[in-house]
Amino acid sequence: MHTPRKPKLAVWKFASCDGCQLSLLDCEDELLAVANSVSIAYFPEATRAEVDGPYDISLVEGSISTGEDAERIQMIRDESNLLITIGACATSGGIQGLRNFANVDHYINTVYAHPEYIHTLRNVSPISQHVFVDYEVRGCPINKYHLVEVLSAHLAGRRPNIPSYSVCVECKRRGTPCVMVAHGTPCMGPVTQAGCGAICPAYNRGCYGCYGPSEECNTQALSAWWTKLGVEDADIARSYRSYNALSGVFRREGSRYAKKAAAGATNEERRQ
Amino acid sequence: MQVLMREDFDTLIEKLQGADYEVIAPRIREGAIVLDTVDSAGDLPAGWTDEQEGGRYTLHRTDSPSLFHYTVGPTSLKSFLYPSRSLLCRVHGGHNDFDVEEPEIEAPQRAFVGVRACELHAMAIQDHVFAGGRHPDPVYTARRNNIFLVAVNCSKAGNTCFCASMGTGPEATAHYDLVLTEVVEDGTHYFLIDAGTKAGRSMLDELPLRPARAAEEEAGAAVVRNAAGSMGRSLDTEGIEDVFFENLENPLWQEVAERCLTCSNCTMACPTCFCSTVEDVSTIDNDMAERWRVWDSCFTTNFSYVFGGAIRKASSSRYRHWITHKLAAWQEQFGTPGCVGCGRCITWCPVGIDITEEAAVLRRQKETRQGEARYGAGTRTAY
Repeated sequence: MHTPRKPKLAVWKFASCDGCQLSLLDCEDELLAVANSVSIAYFPEATRAEVDGPYDISLVEGSISTGEDAERIQMIRDESNLLITIGACATSGGIQGLRNFANVDHYINTVYAHPEYIHTLRNVSPISQHVFVDYEVRGCPINKYHLVEVLSAHLAGRRPNIPSYSVCVECKRRGTPCVMVAHGTPCMGPVTQAGCGAICPAYNRGCYGCYGPSEECNTQALSAWWTKLGVEDADIARSYRSYNALSGVFRREGSRYAKKAAAGATNEERRQ
Repeated sequence: MQVLMREDFDTLIEKLQGADYEVIAPRIREGAIVLDTVDSAGDLPAGWTDEQEGGRYTLHRTDSPSLFHYTVGPTSLKSFLYPSRSLLCRVHGGHNDFDVEEPEIEAPQRAFVGVRACELHAMAIQDHVFAGGRHPDPVYTARRNNIFLVAVNCSKAGNTCFCASMGTGPEATAHYDLVLTEVVEDGTHYFLIDAGTKAGRSMLDELPLRPARAAEEEAGAAVVRNAAGSMGRSLDTEGIEDVFFENLENPLWQEVAERCLTCSNCTMACPTCFCSTVEDVSTIDNDMAERWRVWDSCFTTNFSYVFGGAIRKASSSRYRHWITHKLAAWQEQFGTPGCVGCGRCITWCPVGIDITEEAAVLRRQKETRQGEARYGAGTRTAY
C-alpha cells in the first residue's frame, strides 16, 4: 500500500516568550503521535537538526518587532504551504504590542545600557499584517489541545473544533456560577473567545481576555456595565490593553477608555 | 397532608441514600446556591437567602433556621438530565476496517431535594422535547427514569421571579414524588409533606410523620400565598404570540442589540433551552474518532451557519429569534410557552437584559397603536 509522505512541520519564533511553541513539547501523551504523524523539519527548541524548506505546515509564534523580522516572515510565507499563527503575540501583537501606545525610544533609553545597539521598529505588529495567515490559534499561552486539534483536523481534512463564541459558554457548560453576577467581579469573559475552558472564573477570578475578542463581541456594553460595577476608566482601558491590545475591537475599546481616563484626570486636575 | 419535623429532616435524606440515591440538594458553592451532592441536611444553606436583580445575585445571612428560604440559583435540573457534554459514539480503526462503539449511558440514581415548581414545569417541557415523539433521546430518558423528586413550595419570590404570571408556581402541583412546604413560626420548624406518586407514598411510609393539624395546613398555605404575592416581575401572556409575530421588524431589536453581549448566558442558564451541536474529533493518527453532543446557543454565529454563511449575523436578529421562540413560537411547536418564569435569564445576564421588560415594551406599543386606531394619534411610547 502507498504510504503518504509525512507532512513537514516547521516552528518559527518571533518576538515572544516561547511559551506557545513549548506547549507542543508539553503535549506529553500526544507528543509521540504528533511526531509519528508529521516530520519535524525545523524546531530549534526541540532539535538542532534543520531540514530545508519548503514546509507543509509552519507554526509561527511571536509578533513582528524588528526590520529583520519583517523580512524573515516573508521568507517563511514563501516556503510554507500552510501558515498557522500560535498565540496572542503572533495573532494580535502580544504584551509587547503595548509599546505602540508609548514612546519606544523612551523605553529603550530606560532599559538598555547601550541604547545605540538596539534596532527596533517603532510599532509591533501581528503576523497577519505582513503575510496571509491560514489559521490562528489564540491564547496566552495557547491550549495545547487546540494545537493538536488543528494539526489533526488538517491531516484528516476536516474542520477544526475551535470555538469562536464567548468564554461564558464554557463557564456555563462546566457549571461555574458567573463571577460578575454573583461576586461583582469584572470579567472579560462575555467578550473573549472561548478555548481555555474558562479557567479563571472557575478559580473565582474574572477572565483576563487571553484569547482575544470573541465573534461579534459588544465591548461597549460590557464596559458600560463595568462602570456600573465601579471600575475606573483607566482600569477598563488596561483590561483591553493586555495580551491582545492590538486586536480590532479590544484596541478600539482600550483607546476609547484611555482617552476617557485622560480627560477625567484632566478634569480632576482642573478641579483641584 | 402530614408533618415532618425539622429534626427528622435528616431521616428523609438517609432514607433516600438508603434506597441507593445520590442526594442532590441546594448548597452554597462559589458564592451561589447551586444543586450539588449533599451528605446530610447539614450541607443545606440553613439561614441563607438570596437577593436577585438583573445581572446581580447576592447571598445574605438571615435569623431564620429555614433550609429553603431562597429561590432558584444558576444551575437547574437541566445540567443533570441533559448534560452539557455527552459522548454519542466512538469509532476505532482505519479507513476500511472500523468498529463503532456506542458508549454506555451514565444514568445515576439521583434524588433531588428542594426542587421548585418552575423547575418541575421546565422539566416537563424538556420531557416533551426530549422524551416525547417517535425518537426519544436515550441520554435524557435514561437519566430521567432514574430520578426521585422532592419538591419544595417556595416561601419567597425573588426580584426576577415571575412564575405566578406564567402559571408555573410558586406551588408545585405536578411532576414530583414528594412535596414539602417549610414552615418556621413561633419557635417551631416543620415541613408539610405529601406524595405525588406511588414511589413517593412508599417513601412516606418510611418517615416519622404525624397528620397535620388544620392550623398547620393553613400556615403552609400562607407560606405559598406570601411567595405568590411577592413576585418581583410579571409577564402578560395574553395574546403573546401576536405581540411577537407582528413585530419581526421593530427598532426594539436594534436597541436591545446595543446592550446584548451575545455571550449566550441566558440560553445556558435557561432550564428549558435545549439546543445542542455535534462535534467530531479525531486523534492525530486517525485511529480513533469521537462524536460529542454539547450545549449550543442561538446567540452564537455558528448556530445559524449553513453553506455560505450564518443566517442570523446581527445580534439583533439573535435576540429577536430567542425571545420570539421562547415566548411565542414555542407555543406553536410544543403547545406551551418555553418560559417558566424562573428569572434566570434576567439574573444571569451579565448586563441584566430583562425578558419581561422587552416583552412589555412590545405590548405597550401594540396597546398604543390600538389606542390610536380607536381614538386617533396621541402620545407615543418610545418603541
